[in-house]
Amino acid sequence: MGIKWNEIFVGGDPLLVGSQIAIVLTVVAIVVGLTYFKKWGWLWREWLTTVDHKKIGIMYILSGVLMFFRGGMDGLLMKAQTARPEMNFLDAQHYNEIFTTHGVIMILFMAMPFLIGLMNVVVPLQIGARDVAFPQLNALSFWLFFSGAMLFNISFVVGGSPDAGWTSYFPLAGKEFSPGIGNNYYAIALQIAGLGTLMTGINFIVTILKMRAPGMTLMKMPMFTWTTFITSIIIVAAFPIFTVALALMTFDRLYGTHFFTLSSGGSDMLWANLFWLWGHPEVYIVILPAFGIFSEVIATFSRKTLFGYTSMVVSIVGIAFLSMIVWVHHFYTMDAGPAVNSFFSITTMLIAVPTGVKIFNWLFTMRKGRIQFTTAMLWALAFVPNFVIGGVTGVMLAMAAADFQYHNTLFLVAHFHYVLIPGVVFAVFAGLYYWWPKMFGFMLNEKLGKYHFWLFTIGFNVTFMPMFFLGLKGAVRRAYTYSAESGFAPLFLVSAIGSIILAIGFAVFCYNIYWSFRYAKRNVFHDPWDARTLEWMTASPVQFYNFAVVPEVKQLDAFWHMKKRGETLTLKESDIKKIHMPSNSGLPFYMAVVFGITGFFLVFEAHIAAAVAAIGIVVGLIIRSFDYNDGYYVSVDEIKETERTWRNVEGGTENHVG
Amino acid sequence: MEHKSKYPVSHVVGFLFSLVLTFVAVFVALKMNVSYTIVMWIIGSLAVLQAGLQLFMFMHVTEGEDGKTNVINMAYAAFVAIVIVAGSIWVLTSGHAAH
Repeated sequence: MGIKWNEIFVGGDPLLVGSQIAIVLTVVAIVVGLTYFKKWGWLWREWLTTVDHKKIGIMYILSGVLMFFRGGMDGLLMKAQTARPEMNFLDAQHYNEIFTTHGVIMILFMAMPFLIGLMNVVVPLQIGARDVAFPQLNALSFWLFFSGAMLFNISFVVGGSPDAGWTSYFPLAGKEFSPGIGNNYYAIALQIAGLGTLMTGINFIVTILKMRAPGMTLMKMPMFTWTTFITSIIIVAAFPIFTVALALMTFDRLYGTHFFTLSSGGSDMLWANLFWLWGHPEVYIVILPAFGIFSEVIATFSRKTLFGYTSMVVSIVGIAFLSMIVWVHHFYTMDAGPAVNSFFSITTMLIAVPTGVKIFNWLFTMRKGRIQFTTAMLWALAFVPNFVIGGVTGVMLAMAAADFQYHNTLFLVAHFHYVLIPGVVFAVFAGLYYWWPKMFGFMLNEKLGKYHFWLFTIGFNVTFMPMFFLGLKGAVRRAYTYSAESGFAPLFLVSAIGSIILAIGFAVFCYNIYWSFRYAKRNVFHDPWDARTLEWMTASPVQFYNFAVVPEVKQLDAFWHMKKRGETLTLKESDIKKIHMPSNSGLPFYMAVVFGITGFFLVFEAHIAAAVAAIGIVVGLIIRSFDYNDGYYVSVDEIKETERTWRNVEGGTENHVG
Repeated sequence: MEHKSKYPVSHVVGFLFSLVLTFVAVFVALKMNVSYTIVMWIIGSLAVLQAGLQLFMFMHVTEGEDGKTNVINMAYAAFVAIVIVAGSIWVLTSGHAAH
């Protein structure tokens, strides 16, 4: 079938051989462990076939943690290589592969699943719904994402990683200059994962528009729900561009077309143009839900309603609109002329306006609030100054004329790490510490959380602050080494030391998960933070049907006002009716497997094998078309039983807030 | 939930028309001996025609009860389409990039 076996397994490099051995051992350990503890059935019933939005969310978050580890290792390897001038730790090719996978994994397989995971867990609860609009489609979204992520991740041991940067610019990424199969992984794996993301976008738009609790008008929705809604709209607008661009790339690489090639009428800059038409909205897709998380956390721990709710909503919509018309600022140096560059300079600077409005809203929310310094709140507090550094340097980069100096330097790299780490990663950590009890029924340890926070924020600043100055001195990005005469060495060394502190911070977070899983108190109060939104009305962890009786919403911060009226834990048993729930399905998991196999064959350009495997995809679609399973009902007795177990735990309330 | 057992006529018709329009476009581009500009105009028009067709045959544009939502959706879709198509042409054909 045309598979070149000698190309598949990359050998030679001790780092790669070590990784291959580690991967094989891990897989063996997982299989042996599941068999020994007889957990295969449990895994299949509870996780692989689940359509429960909360469990899907948890699987997304787990994938995010794993991918953070993988992407972080890539980052550490780069920092080790550049710690001293003219190091021989990684060669140029290996370095190229590592910065490529670092970028792709951190954006698409770390930030996205973390945020989509939190959206999955929280949004249906915040709007008083029992699940998302299309639960099985939601499972399919996750499994396609997972399939794409795994396909991308095996590239570094099977066949070779993509090496043309996370932006994969043509002509470098084309067949002429990258004849190996590495960049096929980029085209195929991101396509599969992108399908999942697009479905998530559609799912959440419908969920938020159609499934809100009675009384919850759009302007009474919690801010995280608002940002998820707008994010979903951007996903639906922007991801198809990437789908098409990747399809054209696949045709160019696999079937000899000339969309992006230098010869035969192709346009290499068309790729850059399409990539950023998707890529710029993409950064708002990851930043907006993060803004939503900060809004919830800051309002809860300032014990005040969010300042300027309406201006917040207008800002989000404004950012969403502007996000579609700024893409050229990523390639001013293509030099499309003064008219184009000026237009995109202005739109780019305009984005600072709604973003600034949001920053001031958060500050005014805190003003005169009784602030509680929980770990979640610390992340939100650290976000403000760090993100402002990222934002202000962003306005510097927005000036087209000045950008000719900054372009392709470490100044840019420092800028987007200052935006994405405080903006997204801090938000994810804030969200995880905040919503952890809702997901698992126990809290993450606050003391370890504070160690995590300080190590991570200090490590982050020590790593990336020097890069601004390196960039201004002329250090270019994506260069695997530099000379001693350049004078870059001291700052590179500081940056490398910072990355170790950053890594220790992340290790403390992983240890915190382990420690809390083993030792944290289990009878945690359903509303441990004295929070404001509907998700805290449910048990911790949440009952599988979410709400015994769907709450009625009268104003913003509905749960807060219900508590004031004293009506949160009173449940009239006569109000309970049987609940309709969707059935589990193995089909999404099956689709992930066949998509993965098809993708794998396509990567290796084994076209006949890929076509045969693709029949499996069509079979899955046909089976789904004839699937008339309408779900099942939860009986009133079962609901009563479940509700009694947590509504009666008087005195078992545990409040960890210091 | 009940299942309508009605045969999806409009979907099948829409699908067939889409196939026809696509193959006409392929034929025009590969087999007809006319200038590049004319080919572009013809296949561009066919694309717009097909988008409109799919809107009616697949996207239930006439079935929605909420007219306002449909208008917002259409306006937004038009905005995104114009940004992508007109924006790309503008960016890639002006300045040094095009020469």
